[in-house]
Amino acid sequence: MAASILPLVLENVGYAPRGEPLIAGVSLEIAAGPSTIILGANGAGKSVLMRLMHGLLPPSSGRVRWSESDAASLRRRQAMVFQRPVMLRRSALANVIYAMKLANIRAGERESQALAALDEVGLRHLAHRPARVLSGGEQQRLALARAWALHPEVLFLDEPTANLDPAAVREIERIIKAFDAAGTKIVMATHNLGQARRLGDEVIYLQAGRVMERAPIASFFARPATAEAAAFMKGELPWV
Amino acid sequence: MGAIGEGLRRVLELDRELWHIVALSLEVSLSAVVIATALGLPLGAVLAVKRFPGRRTIIVLLNALMGLPPVVVGLLIYLLLSRAGPLGELGLLFTPGAMIIAQSVLVLPIIAALARQALEDAWREYEEQLRSLGAREFAAAVTLIWDARFSLVTAVLAGLGRAAAEVGAVMIVGGNIDGVTRVMTTAIALETSKGDLPLALGLGFVLITLVLLLNAAAQLVKETAERRFG
Repeated sequence: MAASILPLVLENVGYAPRGEPLIAGVSLEIAAGPSTIILGANGAGKSVLMRLMHGLLPPSSGRVRWSESDAASLRRRQAMVFQRPVMLRRSALANVIYAMKLANIRAGERESQALAALDEVGLRHLAHRPARVLSGGEQQRLALARAWALHPEVLFLDEPTANLDPAAVREIERIIKAFDAAGTKIVMATHNLGQARRLGDEVIYLQAGRVMERAPIASFFARPATAEAAAFMKGELPWV
Repeated sequence: MGAIGEGLRRVLELDRELWHIVALSLEVSLSAVVIATALGLPLGAVLAVKRFPGRRTIIVLLNALMGLPPVVVGLLIYLLLSRAGPLGELGLLFTPGAMIIAQSVLVLPIIAALARQALEDAWREYEEQLRSLGAREFAAAVTLIWDARFSLVTAVLAGLGRAAAEVGAVMIVGGNIDGVTRVMTTAIALETSKGDLPLALGLGFVLITLVLLLNAAAQLVKETAERRFG
């Protein structure tokens, strides 16, 4: 096994398409190990920050640096699950195999590993069903299986349970924990405090494109260091 | 109705000669559509996925070329293929080959432009996911064409409709030679000018029926497939 692609280092990263700053002055080091939750209200810039980290958007200023310099290898060793899963017009199994093919996984190993990944997310019985006729929750689990089959070192998740019913949310959170247990670094954006607490080890609180605060999950929930984070939590849990 | 009935009776009387005309029409138009599809889908995919200088100009040009007048295309191909023209040595003028070339030129912009639109819509949905999975442009384009295959059927059908309906280009480069380059549209034009309206009408009826059947079959395939694959 080659050296890890982590830590991921962001140096004063800004993103300002058409001069409008969506992310400004973000400096972070994302190390292997603890699950990192990127917390913030809608429009705080969580999704943009994840896309900058994952390399889907180029920073307007600053630098995004991994410990691995080869772009293709870097791409293969991280995965992202989006808020709305995008499935190809083919079977669930073929969707997983497609991703493995792009990751240069040997042809002989693809099918068995893909089936194992479907097993992991509880979709093996739907392996030959067209992916696009699956329910929203099943499609999101398929997106997780697609990531699982790639054995990524880092998994980015952008609000993976938005718009899903509680049963589907529980199932997806179980799978995310399995990733963590298998040694994959989790970086997840959410605005759901309960989910942050269930899945995270540390919180990065984002507001208006800036990192306001970074803290271990327990101390963040016990006593946020910034007034902004405290106000956000009060807003999310008005009965507290 | 009486005229059509009379026309159909006359059409059926033509039998051997008629079936030759129908077969040649199908051969020319389908060949042209196959060629234009083979070139047009990749062209549409490149325009949908790749960003390069001059891309928008090409798209505007392609959209404009959808309305290319068949007679003008016929004339240009005629000049290229005529004895003194740059491709005159091929000896293709007044052969079905020349007609296929002319219709391919006519149909290519339609298929490429409509494919570009369909593939660009698909790309908007797929781009982040495919880039996240590490798909390079070529792999992404191939994936898009395969995944948008049902919408692309519409683009190909539009091209086929155009090829089957046009008369100007095949008339000029084919010459409407009986038994050699006579197709349905040129036959209709000829019978009309000779004043044999019932026969022209009958041929027209056969042509429309053929186009209708092809479209219905394609639509059926598309809908069943869409229901199955979502």
